[in-house]
Amino acid sequence: MPLIGPKDADFLKKEFADKLVAPVRLVMFTQEFECQYCRETRQLVEEIAALSDKIDAEVYDFVTDKEKADEYNVDKIPAIAVLGAKDYGVRFYGIPSGYEFTSLIEDIIAVSEGDSGLAAPTREAIAQLTQPVHIQVFITPT
Amino acid sequence: MAIESDLIRADMVEAIEFPHLANTYHVYGVPRSIFNETVYVEGAVPEPMFLEKLLEAAE
Repeated sequence: MPLIGPKDADFLKKEFADKLVAPVRLVMFTQEFECQYCRETRQLVEEIAALSDKIDAEVYDFVTDKEKADEYNVDKIPAIAVLGAKDYGVRFYGIPSGYEFTSLIEDIIAVSEGDSGLAAPTREAIAQLTQPVHIQVFITPT
Repeated sequence: MAIESDLIRADMVEAIEFPHLANTYHVYGVPRSIFNETVYVEGAVPEPMFLEKLLEAAE
């Protein structure tokens, strides 16, 4: 049973066709058992990838593909790394349901455009950064 | 912000699936954003405030 309904699928197909620039890779880490939402997350990722030629899903096993997980700095699952022309450091941990699904779609588009969409003063301030910053945003499914 | 800078990386973390992390970071209400494990902000704050917290964590 698809997770994305037909109306939403059509809407997303159009969004992606209109807005995607660079190809996007959804690199997903999962495992076969002992992971609450891994199966659904994987299904969701594959359904999203099917909505555009510019989106590719790559699924790896967190245990057997540990090197890959380390390469992408992934330490928990289910994990989705959203990559465009380069790895901007955008990760989703846990199933992106409810409002977070919208965030995932917006991130796919933003990563594809290579543009953050931030205001000019924010961009200027960020350009002055000299230290790395790791942001973690905790959410609950709505 | 992660897209804007190579120095920034950003994770969305679903709190219910990772309760030990939610505990570690004292997540009671969401969204709760944590910068470099030290600076916190609750709620969906406007961009300038989010930026302020990020800069604070970068010092």
